[in-house]
Amino acid sequence: MKIKQLSVFLENKRGRLYEALKALAESGINIRALSIADTSEFGILRMIVTDPEKAKEILEKNDFTVKLTNVIAMAVKDKPGGLAEGLKYLYDANINIEYIYAFVEKSGEKAVVVLRTENLDKTISLLQEKGVNLLSWDDVLAL
Amino acid sequence: MFWNKEIECINEEQLKEIQLQRLKDTVKRAYEKVPYYKRKFDEVGITPDDIKRLDDLRKIPFTSKADLREVYPFGMFASPLREIVEIHMSSGTTGKPVVAGYTMNDIEIWGEVMARCLTMAGATKDDIVQVAYGYGLFTGGFGVHYGARKIGCMIVPASAGNTRRQIEIMRDFGTTILTCTPSYALYMAEVAQEMGIEPTNLKLKAGCFGAEMWTEAMRSEIEKRFGLNAYNIYGLTEIIGPGVAHECVEKNGLHIFEDHFIAEIIDPETGDHLPDGKRGELVLTTITREGMPMLRFRTRDITSLIREKCSCGRTFVRIERIRGRTDDMIKVRGVMLFPYQIEKAILEVQGVEPHYQIVITRPQHLDEIEVMVEMSKETFSDEVKHIEALKKKLERRIEEIVGIRVKVTLVEPKSLPRSEGKAKRIIDKRSLSE
Repeated sequence: MKIKQLSVFLENKRGRLYEALKALAESGINIRALSIADTSEFGILRMIVTDPEKAKEILEKNDFTVKLTNVIAMAVKDKPGGLAEGLKYLYDANINIEYIYAFVEKSGEKAVVVLRTENLDKTISLLQEKGVNLLSWDDVLAL
Repeated sequence: MFWNKEIECINEEQLKEIQLQRLKDTVKRAYEKVPYYKRKFDEVGITPDDIKRLDDLRKIPFTSKADLREVYPFGMFASPLREIVEIHMSSGTTGKPVVAGYTMNDIEIWGEVMARCLTMAGATKDDIVQVAYGYGLFTGGFGVHYGARKIGCMIVPASAGNTRRQIEIMRDFGTTILTCTPSYALYMAEVAQEMGIEPTNLKLKAGCFGAEMWTEAMRSEIEKRFGLNAYNIYGLTEIIGPGVAHECVEKNGLHIFEDHFIAEIIDPETGDHLPDGKRGELVLTTITREGMPMLRFRTRDITSLIREKCSCGRTFVRIERIRGRTDDMIKVRGVMLFPYQIEKAILEVQGVEPHYQIVITRPQHLDEIEVMVEMSKETFSDEVKHIEALKKKLERRIEEIVGIRVKVTLVEPKSLPRSEGKAKRIIDKRSLSE
């Protein structure tokens, strides 16, 4: 139930984000979800893309530092409290979240968030046990 | 413990007498047998007869590594090739390598000085010495080997590499003395732990570490990891190999074996002789070598001479730990700094050959150093806290090694300029801001 996320190291320099996205665009890679963690000196661009392996290759060819990281795509009810409900399970089990961001597209009636925690395996089994809907890679591509 | 107490504790007067006689003999031999030296002497208008006192050594021109390359391969030999019994070579990263030739007697002397080194580290006939310096053209392996054999230690000629086997040998044979480069020792400690062998449970009691620059912080780390006494050994191919100087139990400077080598410190820029205690470039003269006498060889190593009496009882002068190389020295806030040290710090933290640049500025009367380090694939994490921790770790390690606080900035790969394969490491902007 892990899905591959593409992470890119970006210096806080004019044009770097654009250059990264341009390289992906030229290769016909579509971005399904995206977030940027920014600090005063650098940023980390995190993306769920249609072909992560190819995207990595393209970005590396363009001298970006890239890493594929495992994350979870969790579907939650698209209504107030929907996400909180899912996160409560993690809170109760004392699992820390490293970061979280949302997909633009919905999965049926549900909203989808990308989630990385300090212990992915434990998180996956916990959420599955609680009946939370986790998306497979095929589900993600079908969004 | 002494290997040769009589000579290692010789009084100053006697030592000077021996040195002067040996120096005269060496100069005469060099002048007569090596055309290079004759030419150099002729150029400045001196002959061996001008060497009447030890201070007269200063009249002799320096010999540089470049000079040695010019006479490659055998041009510095003072003995016919049939008298040369062994050859070693220094790695030629910046040009032709330097070839060193040894007569039977030179090998004998090498064994003698190395026996003194190992004895300083506590080696006796009862010890098992694992030689994890490379055997081959490099002088490390054979030098230690000859010294250990003279003492009668049980030698394990493991050479460098095959780390897992090195550790199994240490465990199974009960090695008591380890000799290798300090960085290799640290690597071995890590591998041992991976293998489930606790390094402190090995029987190691001491180690002679050298052949690269290292720091007091690394010494403590090695000592803690293995539970041994780590000693600093110094030498170079051009002079004899390892065995030029070694630390005694005081671990406060390395005693130079002055009955075989004469040490001077000079200002690397002017070539002027510097007094004891002043830091500068180490210049060495061999006074017993037959195969390849070396007169005033500029080592390019930065150190100072410690003439004060050492509590171990040895009267030989000490050099402080090598502080760097003259080639790439920069002065920041009055402290000598070497890119090498920063590179080492980054390498230790990142684990890969780093690309970096040092930018020195003086925003307000005080030098500031910024070290730009290219993010490597290996250390990139997609979590901010890990990257910030990496930056802090780099800053801390660099400060530990060079003694100055620096600011580290992580930059994207290939964003630092490279020229002809070798990057421009230092950007000094200080003159502009004054």
